[in-house]
This record gives sequence, structure tokens and C-alpha cells, in this order.
Amino acid sequence: MSSRTLPLLFINLGGEMLYILDQRLRAQNIPADKAKKVMNDIITTMFNKKFLEELFKPQELYSKKALRTVFDRLAHASIMRLNQASMDKLYDLMTMAFKYQVLLCPRPKDILLVSFNHMDAIKDFVKDTPSILGQVDETYQQLIEMYTPMCSGEFQLIRQTLLIFFQDMHIRVSIFLKDKVQNSNGRFVLPISGPVPHGTQVPGLIRMFSCTGEEVNRLKFTNGGNYAAATREGSFEIFGDRVTKLGTNMYSVSRPVETLMSGTSKNSAQKTKQVNAAPNPLAKEELNLLAKLMGRLEEPNPGNTDSGFRVNLFATDEEEEEALISRPDELSYGVLKIQATKDLQANAELAKIMGEFTVSGDQSPSASSKGDDLLAMMDGL
Amino acid sequence: MYHKEKSIPIKNSASALYNNLGVLRIAPRRLTYFTVVHANVVNMVSASWDGLNYSHRQLQSKEPNVATSASLVMQAAFCSLQSRELLVVTSQKGIQMYESDGSIMVYWHALDTPETTTAQAVFARGISAVPENYICVGVSSGSILVFDVPSKGPNISLSEVLDEHKESITDMASECSGSQECIADLVSADDGGNLCVWKSGEEFQLLHKIHGFDMCCSSVKLWKGTVVAGYGTGQIRLYEAVTGILHAEVNAHARWINSLDIAPFSGLLLSAGEDSLVRVWLLNLTPETNNVEIAHLHNECVTDTQICGAKFCDSDGYAFAVTGYDLGEIIRYTQT
Repeated sequence: MSSRTLPLLFINLGGEMLYILDQRLRAQNIPADKAKKVMNDIITTMFNKKFLEELFKPQELYSKKALRTVFDRLAHASIMRLNQASMDKLYDLMTMAFKYQVLLCPRPKDILLVSFNHMDAIKDFVKDTPSILGQVDETYQQLIEMYTPMCSGEFQLIRQTLLIFFQDMHIRVSIFLKDKVQNSNGRFVLPISGPVPHGTQVPGLIRMFSCTGEEVNRLKFTNGGNYAAATREGSFEIFGDRVTKLGTNMYSVSRPVETLMSGTSKNSAQKTKQVNAAPNPLAKEELNLLAKLMGRLEEPNPGNTDSGFRVNLFATDEEEEEALISRPDELSYGVLKIQATKDLQANAELAKIMGEFTVSGDQSPSASSKGDDLLAMMDGL
Repeated sequence: MYHKEKSIPIKNSASALYNNLGVLRIAPRRLTYFTVVHANVVNMVSASWDGLNYSHRQLQSKEPNVATSASLVMQAAFCSLQSRELLVVTSQKGIQMYESDGSIMVYWHALDTPETTTAQAVFARGISAVPENYICVGVSSGSILVFDVPSKGPNISLSEVLDEHKESITDMASECSGSQECIADLVSADDGGNLCVWKSGEEFQLLHKIHGFDMCCSSVKLWKGTVVAGYGTGQIRLYEAVTGILHAEVNAHARWINSLDIAPFSGLLLSAGEDSLVRVWLLNLTPETNNVEIAHLHNECVTDTQICGAKFCDSDGYAFAVTGYDLGEIIRYTQT
């Protein structure tokens, strides 16, 4: 569908990730200087010039698996470590939050305002670091250049593309349940009240005209809801009041992040069917794109392990372990875990996976230079 | 006026697309076919009128060669021509035409897809049968492909390409009243809200172009020479097709309208949008004055659902069906 969806998906998911990590770093009382380093490192990586260049190229959306791999790498761009269960939970929260924002946007164009809310918050995180600030400002420019000329129909196409990505995801998030924006079946509440979108009139009026254009009759009807006139439009510039609250930080130390796994398997069973049944060659094309993108991401610093620390998205280590064991199969993201090139021959399972990625005609991964580059890039994961 | 009936389960949930519900009534077999698009698949359900039997079938979008990425389906619609009915499926890669039960693909037309992905998306969207023997399909470039369809067999051919729209086609509709007097045969709509009115033939003729107001028209219908258009702003507008005169303007929905349908025998109009509401209206055409009136009759709220498809199940509008984003069923309503 739309070939310009990926930058918005990446920036908004990245923004949500930063909100959650910021909250967890504070909740775990990580020293301020370490916390700041983590946030700065991740934001620097996110806004790496060459990385964004690849991101902004016209392309189809990645699969959930591929995008998860990118965020795994991003989350580990600094001295912070996350266990599998915490990473799973982080990704669940990020995706459900952005799904909520996309669904609730009154107009498709408002997704851009949501993106600016995330960008504004990211800018605030790095306001003391001019080097990163410059990269963030440049990204604003790219967003404005690419998206402000788009018509309503093109934005709706982007929104429809995003909604396919989020199709059938109904993970329950406790902060959403508490605020009553999500039902216990995981579906979001769509109110039939409140202000109408900018450019829309409150439903209820029929006007009829003569052939000469004069209004000849006016009828009213009950709209079945409780609507109010539209509020003012948010700003699409680098600075400005975005008006919408969607995309702003909903977490704080006193409102912790939690997801609930139980009861979701019934709804998510549908998800695993068609879209992920695409044949392996799709994974190959995707992986090549992914490698190009990831190749732009700087290698994480392997040394200096004493300043490293682990962040837990759960209240206790036991809870984290329990979450890993009890996660329903159909919600597993199947993240690519490729250890080292030399391990490849030793590990039959990995060999099978890599065999699917090898260009036909090549004898073995080590013989093909393309395969080597790919593996070498993946080594950092 | 209407009450909810038993829903029909579908194999996958509906994707958020315009006009995401196809309905074909097979009276001799007391069956109705429904189609609902989910990503790269078309879910077909054949439902018996007594509500006791459902049979399911899934059609995949065609990949011209397996190494390329999956092709998402934009729309699936039934096309009823004089002597045959076809199911047309449009995707990012091209247009597939099947026998109406989805059993055999009789025709495939590939879109010109560039080597590397371009900023402008490529896809086909907007499907309409135009009696006697044409099927018209819109393309993201704004072109309309006119296919000539023989009364049987696979010898379908591309007869003409109409290049009037400059923005992506969203929806198309042919005159559905059955009246022989109407001059206009087809209306096409695009992302900019522009509407083109055509007369069919060996060479389609542009009768009138109604300029949009910079707001996408996502769904369009043509009945007794009146264009009924639904917009992203939630407005419905009624135009006289041949002259472009605006007859009525309705502030109908609080969000984007995704689907419109008309029951040709009764003049009932169905509209549905992302605001969770389905509304039923009555169109009334006074032949002497050529005036069209529209009156509101009924509302149905599908709680917490953004509706993406709504269609009458019969020509009188006795029953209608609804699909919604992430919903794994087709909801049905019948008149009380």
C-alpha cells in the first residue's frame, strides 16, 4: 500500500519506547547520569543520518518480526540490557499505544500531529545535547517536507497501511484499562461523543438546493451521539501547539507500565493466519532491506560491561521469568537471533534459516559475499 | 426500523479499506455470497437464507512471481452483467477476475509496477460493472481501465484506458436503477474528491466533471441520474450527474465515510463510517422538477467499531450487512 509509512511507524514506536524506558529508568532508581546516557545513546542511534536516509526511502512496510528486530537493536544501543520477556513487553506496549493513537486520530492527517508530539518529547529529552538536537531538527524538516503536501486520501492510505500492520492485536494494557480507553476484551473504546475532527461538521443537518443553487429546505436529524464542534487545528510546523494529546507521554512513576497476557490468546488466534503465511522469499527481501537499514546503525559498544545494567519491565525478576515462560505461542515475535558466522555450520537450525536467505546458485553462505555481509551485520545482534 | 440478526463469522477480520464488503444474492439457490478483504486475502462466505449453512473460501492475491513481496488486496466486488456475474479482486499487483463463486480465475491483468518502489503507491481500486458488457477498474495513477467482457469464457480484453483523473481512484459506480432513460452510465471518484460522469460505449464519453473541494471522496453511487458521494469529512453530497448541480448536502457522519450503498427499488441509501454509525436514508426523486430529496430514517451503532463496509442484501433494502476493522464477523440487520 503506501510506500511512505515506515518513517511514521518507526518514529512513533520509537517515541513510545523512549517514554516507557524513561519511566522504568526512574522507577528502578537508575542514577541520573546513566539514565541520561541511555536515553541519549538510543536517540542518537534512532536519528543517525544514514539510518534515516534509508528509512525515508519509498518502501513497503516491514513485517512485525523485522521491525521488532530493529527495535531490539535500538533498545540495546547503550549500556542498558533487557531480557527477552522485558523486551517482549516493551514491544507490546509500544505497538498497542501507537495502535490506539492511530485508531483514535480524528483525521488521518492527525497522525502527523501525533508524530510531532513524539518528536517534541524526544527533543525535550535531548535539549541539553546540541549535537543530537541538530539531528532531531533535521528530522522535523524531513517530516514536514514529505508529509505536509499530502492530500487527505494519501494520509488515509498511510493510516490503512498502519492498521493492517496492527490488525488483530488486542493485548490488554493496564494503563488503558484503568483509563477506560480499552475494554476487557482488548478492543479500544471509540466514543461517539466529543469534538468532531477539524474540517467536519457536527452530524445532523440536511440542506437541499434548487437548480439555481438556492437553499430550499433544511432538515435536522438525530445523530445518535453527543458531538461538539471541532477544536482549533494543531500546528504542523517545527514549533507549535499540537492540540491533540495523542502521542504525548501517558506514563509517570506513579502510573507503571503493565500488560496482561491472560485472555488474549482467544483474540490473537486469528492473527497468525494469512499475513504471516507469506513464503520465505518474502523474508529474504525483507532481511536484505533490514540489513541495509541495520548496517547504518552503529555497532553497540561491547566493552565496558561494568557500567552496564539491566532494566526490568516487570515489578520483580520472578515476574519477568514467569512472563517469559507463560507467554502464549501465537504472541511470540520470532526475533532473529543469529550468534556468529562460525557457529553457523555447527548449528543445524541456524543453517536452515540461513539457507532460506542464500541467493540461489550459491554453494554455501561463506562462499557468497552477499551472505557474508549479511551475517557480519547480524553478528552485532 | 431494523433489528440485528445472527452475525456471520468470517475466517479473518476485515481490514480498514473503503467499501470493504461485497454482496451477491443468488435467488435460485437461496444463497447470498459475501466477500471481506483481510490484507492479502479475500474471505468469501456463502450463507444460506435460512441461516443454517455457511461455507467459506479464501482467495489469495496473485503474485506474478514468488520472489516479490506480498500484494495487499485493495478491494473485492461482485460485477453483475447481463449474462454473467464475476468477482473482481484488485490489489497492488493487478486485477483478478473470478467466477462469482470464486472457484476459477478467468482473467488476470498486471499493473505496470516499477522496478524499485516509488513514492507514489501503485494499486488498483474502484470496481464497477457497466452494462451491457463492461467492467471498469480504477488505478492509483487516476486511470480507469475498461474491460470488455464476453457473455461467457475467459476472452476478456482491455478495451480502453480513460485518463481524466489525476489522483488515485477511490470508487466507481454504475447507474443502478435499471432505468433506460438515464444518460449517465458510470461515475468515478478520486482522492481529491473529483467526480467524473461517463457514458459507456466502444469509446467511453466524459459527460461531466464535478470538481472536488480538496477532500477525498471514498464512496460513490449513481441512481436515477443522481450521484451520491461520501467524503472523508463525513459529508454526503447529492449531485445531478449530467449537469453537476448540487441537490443536497448532508452533515452525515462525525468521521470518514467508508461505504455507501443504494437499494435501487426503494431508493433507500445506506452510509457507514469510522464513527461507528450506519445510517439509513430515503432518496426521493420528483421527475417533474428533477428535484432530489433525502430524508433520514434510521441509525445503528456498532459499538467500538470503525465500519469499513456496509451493503444492502437485496434490491428493496429489506436487509443490510456491515463489516468493521478488526471484526471477525459480518453483522446483519433486517427490517422489523
